[in-house]
Amino acid sequence: MTTLVKREFHPFEAAGEHFLYMVPSAGVFHIDQASRAVLDTLEGREMTAAELVSELGTEVGADAVVDAVAELQEIRAIGPGRMPPEKPLPVLPPAGFPLTTMVLNVTNKCNLSCTYCYEYGEDKIVDTDYGSKPKFMSEETAREAVDFMLKESGANRVAHLTFFGGETLLNFKVLKKTLAYARTQGALLGKEVEFSLTTNATLLRPEIIEWLVDNEVGVTISIDGPQESQDKFRVFKNGMGSYELILPKIKELLRRHTSRPIGARVTLTRQNLDVKSIFRHLTEEMGFWEVGFAPVTTADGRDYAIEGEGYDSMLAQFSELALEFQEAAIENRHHGFSNIKDTLEEIHKGVSKAYPCGAGLGLMGVATDGEVALCHRFAGSEDHKIGTVRDGVDRKLQYGFLEKHHVVNKTDCHTCWARPLCAGGCYHEAHTRYGTTTAPNLHYCDWIRAWTDTCLRVYGEIASRNPRYLDRFDMENRVPA
Amino acid sequence: MKHVKAINRKAARIEHYGRAETNGSGHAAPADEGIAGGASGGSGGGAPSASGGPKDVVGLESRGPHIPLGCSLVFSPGWEADSSGGTAGLCQPVERDLFDCHYGCFWPVQVPDQLNHSPDWTGKCAAAQKDWRKIDLIFP
Repeated sequence: MTTLVKREFHPFEAAGEHFLYMVPSAGVFHIDQASRAVLDTLEGREMTAAELVSELGTEVGADAVVDAVAELQEIRAIGPGRMPPEKPLPVLPPAGFPLTTMVLNVTNKCNLSCTYCYEYGEDKIVDTDYGSKPKFMSEETAREAVDFMLKESGANRVAHLTFFGGETLLNFKVLKKTLAYARTQGALLGKEVEFSLTTNATLLRPEIIEWLVDNEVGVTISIDGPQESQDKFRVFKNGMGSYELILPKIKELLRRHTSRPIGARVTLTRQNLDVKSIFRHLTEEMGFWEVGFAPVTTADGRDYAIEGEGYDSMLAQFSELALEFQEAAIENRHHGFSNIKDTLEEIHKGVSKAYPCGAGLGLMGVATDGEVALCHRFAGSEDHKIGTVRDGVDRKLQYGFLEKHHVVNKTDCHTCWARPLCAGGCYHEAHTRYGTTTAPNLHYCDWIRAWTDTCLRVYGEIASRNPRYLDRFDMENRVPA
Repeated sequence: MKHVKAINRKAARIEHYGRAETNGSGHAAPADEGIAGGASGGSGGGAPSASGGPKDVVGLESRGPHIPLGCSLVFSPGWEADSSGGTAGLCQPVERDLFDCHYGCFWPVQVPDQLNHSPDWTGKCAAAQKDWRKIDLIFP
């Protein structure tokens, strides 16, 4: 008879129950006592079904063992012991994969001088100070970019345009005209265009706020928290902090702009790691609907790089906020910790990623001169260019990139159970840290696994105690027309 | 399933596909991402199992390239132990090639007399891997 062994999954507990997160399928299953007994017995062993029955039959019942073995085999939690190892091939996305989001770098100029900035700081990829790229995107290039986006969005009914910088609002004139043009062109093609922008809030003024409200533009504010956090790195060129200037502007924006949720995006550094108090300040005192955190992208050894204990502290605080989120979700209350919300949605849908993000596929960044790059973080980089808005995407370059960066080609990730959600992590982070986009981000593997485990437990808890809450993730599904 | 319960959407799809596979209906796409609706009845000769009836044999039809498992020279004819002394790689002539075993192996698989008694025994079995269910039963 065939012997059975355990296959790849990550077990976790929530609400006093036991669950399996299947790898690489990303299915989440609840298992009962009989299934658990089978899996526990197979720990480090290879046994036939008959042997399992004789060992567990009296404890859980022979029929239950037989059924549990069959079911566990069906979901691939256990399988034949002597199967040749699977060698998955990178399955590339089909040609003509639609562009969902285009990030338009309308300027690479900024009125702040944040020390850690990936566009201007020590780890910048493009020479933003003296390089050949224009400082501002012209109206004409922006229009060409819109045409490019609408064409590349294929059969999708909705296209998403994100304005980005530099400081986006420095080029408000072009922003305004581009949005109007995209609306008109989209309507001609029967498409809806959604807009969002990221800004440091320094240039918000009543006229701009009205425009954001009227056009239902989603806004993300880059902000690092209360004054002492914000003014550490987010400073003007003369070193003056920006907090006092932006506070009234943000309050006005939050008061006026209620048609779209306004989110805050925080960069965490070694010096700015008090996640919980930043969260409280931004949600309770300032009134942001959602707050997302991201550790600073940096080469190793920089003064502001998070290392060792910093990661532990960040994880502990993320976990506390995750538990708060969980309790809120169980009571159908809102909680603005967006990091966990995004991951829960991916867990719910069972996302199993071939690529860490949509860069170069469903998402592309456009530089000020109209060059198309993998994403906004690479906009303007000659090495990461995959086309231009005028000539379209160079399919050879694009598919070369996709083939090289498929998770199957990341050997380090092959035995990691978190790979369906992580897939090696951010290309830009890898480029900054290891000098190549193909490298998996090994410096935060432990962190990602611990965080994914936390998210799974929160998911299991919500699924057990308030499963209706998870329905919202189905509703948010956009189906191409 | 009684001992394993699908929680997220992907798990529901896996369960649906698994059921369809067990029922012998291949990999029919679920109606709406695989959550609602049961699998259709078996079309490959097997009885559905979702209702608790007998299960179809699918073990010999696993996907992917079939790797001949080979016979054992130590414990002929490969039915008791495989080449490494274990039981995982036992000789499986139906999966490999019924006729190759019949003609080529020094310990031939037992098939009916096709010259005299049962010339049409495999008339409906063009490829043993797919069509083995159609092989007639022979009563001498």
